[in-house]
Amino acid sequence: MTDIIHTSAADLADALAAKQLSSVEVTQAHLDRIAAVDGAVHAFLHVDAEGALATARAIDDRRAAGETLPALAGVPIAVKDVVATQGLPTTAGSKILQGWIPPYDATLVTRLKAAGMPILGKTNMDEFAMGSSTEHSAYGPTHNPWDLERIPGGSGGGSSAAVAAFEAPLAIGTDTGGSIRQPAAVTGTVGTKPTYGGVSRFGLIALASSLDQAGPCTRSVLDAALLHELIGGHDPMDSTSIDAPVPPVVEAARRGDVKGLRVGVITEVSGKGFQAGVRARFTESLDLLAELGAEIVEVSCPSFEKGLAAYYLILPSEASSNLAKFDAMRYGLRVGPEGVVAPSAEQVMAATRDAGFGDEVKRRIILGTYALSSGYYDAYYGQAQKVRTLIARDFAAAFEQVDVLVTPTAPTTAFKLGEKLDDPMAMYLNDVATIPANLAGVPGISIPNGLADEDGLPSGLQILAPATRDERLYQVGGALERALEAQWGAPLWTKAPRLEESR
Amino acid sequence: MSITDEVVDYDEALAAYDPVLGLEVHVELNTATKMFCGCATGFGAEPNTQVCPVCLGLPGALPVVNEKGVEAAIRIGLALNCSIADWCRFARKNYFYPDMPKNFQTSQYDEPIAFDGYLDVELEDGSTYRVEIERAHMEEDTGKSLHVGGSTGRIQGAEYSLVDYNRAGIPLIEIVTKPLTGTGAKAPLVAKAYVAALRDLLKALNVSDVRMEQGSMRCDANVSIMPKGAEKFGTRTETKNVNSLRSVERAVRYEISRQAAVLNAGGSILQETRHWHEDTGVTTSGRPKSDADDYRYFPEPDLVPIAPSRAEVDRLRETLPEPPAQRRKRLQSAWGYSDLEMRDVVNAGAVDLIEQTVEAGASPAGARKWWSGELARRANAEGKTVSDFGVTPAHVAELDGLVKAGRLNDSMARQVMDGVIAGEGTPTQVADTRGLELVQDDSALEAAVDKVIAANEPIAAKVRDGKLNAAGALIGQVMKEMKGQADAAKARELILAKLAPDAS
Repeated sequence: MTDIIHTSAADLADALAAKQLSSVEVTQAHLDRIAAVDGAVHAFLHVDAEGALATARAIDDRRAAGETLPALAGVPIAVKDVVATQGLPTTAGSKILQGWIPPYDATLVTRLKAAGMPILGKTNMDEFAMGSSTEHSAYGPTHNPWDLERIPGGSGGGSSAAVAAFEAPLAIGTDTGGSIRQPAAVTGTVGTKPTYGGVSRFGLIALASSLDQAGPCTRSVLDAALLHELIGGHDPMDSTSIDAPVPPVVEAARRGDVKGLRVGVITEVSGKGFQAGVRARFTESLDLLAELGAEIVEVSCPSFEKGLAAYYLILPSEASSNLAKFDAMRYGLRVGPEGVVAPSAEQVMAATRDAGFGDEVKRRIILGTYALSSGYYDAYYGQAQKVRTLIARDFAAAFEQVDVLVTPTAPTTAFKLGEKLDDPMAMYLNDVATIPANLAGVPGISIPNGLADEDGLPSGLQILAPATRDERLYQVGGALERALEAQWGAPLWTKAPRLEESR
Repeated sequence: MSITDEVVDYDEALAAYDPVLGLEVHVELNTATKMFCGCATGFGAEPNTQVCPVCLGLPGALPVVNEKGVEAAIRIGLALNCSIADWCRFARKNYFYPDMPKNFQTSQYDEPIAFDGYLDVELEDGSTYRVEIERAHMEEDTGKSLHVGGSTGRIQGAEYSLVDYNRAGIPLIEIVTKPLTGTGAKAPLVAKAYVAALRDLLKALNVSDVRMEQGSMRCDANVSIMPKGAEKFGTRTETKNVNSLRSVERAVRYEISRQAAVLNAGGSILQETRHWHEDTGVTTSGRPKSDADDYRYFPEPDLVPIAPSRAEVDRLRETLPEPPAQRRKRLQSAWGYSDLEMRDVVNAGAVDLIEQTVEAGASPAGARKWWSGELARRANAEGKTVSDFGVTPAHVAELDGLVKAGRLNDSMARQVMDGVIAGEGTPTQVADTRGLELVQDDSALEAAVDKVIAANEPIAAKVRDGKLNAAGALIGQVMKEMKGQADAAKARELILAKLAPDAS
């Protein structure tokens, strides 16, 4: 096999199992690619070449010794910097955690390690996962491999860009309001937000506990299913983890059959007001699903329109509390207040938080603190929770009629870096189609469904399924991916411009 | 602001005002592990050795509820005659403090696990007062700050502070009373009796060490006063960390006197927290506390609701011990103690010990003599409790047996007790090693009696003349002759026999 970095994780796993490739070769090829293109892409905040190669060597040795290994053993992976990795810096894209090295692994990292997967490094993100462009990273933005002048989406732009730029075959993302799916859409990759509780949150630096969920970022539906199956499942360390086996996602991705399936289009998120090219690709995808034997049904979810407002009360409220722990007392940045000789602990906390948090983080902490204040709680947080209930009911009613729902993943293709940085509301609107799934805890996937005519940039299709029925995402996604690639003659990523390699 | 506040005489205060109390008691549970992680909970470990990512609040760590903690909370609720919630949640109480790792405390807010109960408490004068319980809820303890430098050990004036997170995350139950009204002058006694009764109850439930001096049981006392006959409560103060039964009584009494002085002078009470000073017996102003204190409570999203089934609650109800007051009555009657004797036993903390001693074969009177007599006296003198000496109920029962069997007299038994306390072994071993034994050989005693009679003919003559009281002096000398190792009763018997008018 000559072209390691353009090979899917599933094929790499097969080649490794057949001993056609070694994990050291595969890992080194990706490390070389990172060295060649990441100066331009900036998908990584930290690369652990030594650690990744050590894991690769160990796996190669074990395979040579005849051991039976897990399916993805030896396939390297990148991990979003919001996930705790023992011995590797973990900053969540924030200055306040600069230099912090966790003394423990997130549960999903423990599972990656147990599966023998070399960890290439930690990927860039909006600070504490607040943003849709990675421009809010304290360490500078990530660039979209399709156009380096454009955003890779966010908050998990680093993970999606790493996969899109062939710096990693697989990556871990987290999704609180669309942070896996929207970056997938604008980078022409696949990203899944599993059912809330489907993947352990233990070790994920919390943004909004009731919304956060980790999931796979890949270039194919099958790869996403393979990674989903590995990291999913019950974890006693996470009280909100679902105590049930992982849904049969890999089998569903392989089967990829939509015959007789009822596919719902949501009136309120059917692409009205979305970019023309995004809308056009969405309509074509619906036609294709119908051709494949699915029944397209229109359903109404009237409360979705209030989703964004509710989300921007619940998320900041939980975040204001989750981020209180960053106070300079035990770890991370510590800054003394200027001109104070013997500062009190409170003064050090305030000075550190002022210096260590970026504007977007401060904006949301202030918003959340206000929303939870006595006298405002009922009007803001309380009302938002009611909207959340209504959205869950809308989903329940819709799933009485249909098996899955589909929407365009994001309203636009990748916009230019800097374009929306000074307009928080415009930035927030990127997540209008993805947020309802987080509010209701249902699973969603974004798959590439073509390029917009006006700018030649990728658009994404979002598929949503009832909670715990994650396999349906892969069943529909697999079918559509196969049909689309048959039309295109090759995966969408073959149309991406070649990145200049610097040596 | 003066350092020392004016106070009026307590009786004078009570003539003009009615006090209203509210007591908040925090109890550390004695679970093996913390409330939300698997760390050990032992008291006195090296600082920061019983910690993990969860209780240190490291980024990404998540809590998991300790089921034993929930069980203990439900059992406490049931023992306090509370309703148990079918469904309740934890909530986050948000505020910044260095000894609180997450800068929020995982607690319960408007959905406590137990609510609407009561505890009947018996006052020292024998009357009973029903303390209504508003709620008992679960939460976690904070770490402990140690302020170094400065003279007071308080944060003001300290050079730096150290924080020990071993205590962070230890399960706490906060028990809150409804306002206690109508106590009149007995308010301080009611407060003390309530805390004492609660302590006994929690001990009987075996859910906590309830050691106030170690902080495993802490009391905050809310006190207000209103003009006699008024219905609207006065402004309250909250006196924090009143950490002994005696202090509870003193602090409440002091606050009533202080508040009366303020009102008498035409002032108004400031709603604030106050600190109790054990040494000087006064409270001083802490920080202003208003109802506007905003902790931004919201349901803890990292934990799922607690929904104990009725079957589970019923199962826990079955595990409740006999209520302490009822048990005391039963034991007093079984042991035949007077009210006064029983009160001494209770105050010495010796009810369980005596029960076990009696079970081990001692007579109730014998057991009481040791535990609430000799050992209580020593404990008092040394500032300890009777259980601090390493003396077990089996020891006491054995010692009681030795006395009854005539092997030891009282003074010898006390010497044996010295040996047991000194760690020399069981009473029998101590008696053997120290050679303590009443001389059973009558010939030795007889020889001693003869010798003493011969040496004290004038006294012997008195006895012969029927003045039996005079025999006491002879007995004393015989015991001296025998180096104490004789049965005084037997010596008396012999002396009287030898000096009987018909003897020659």
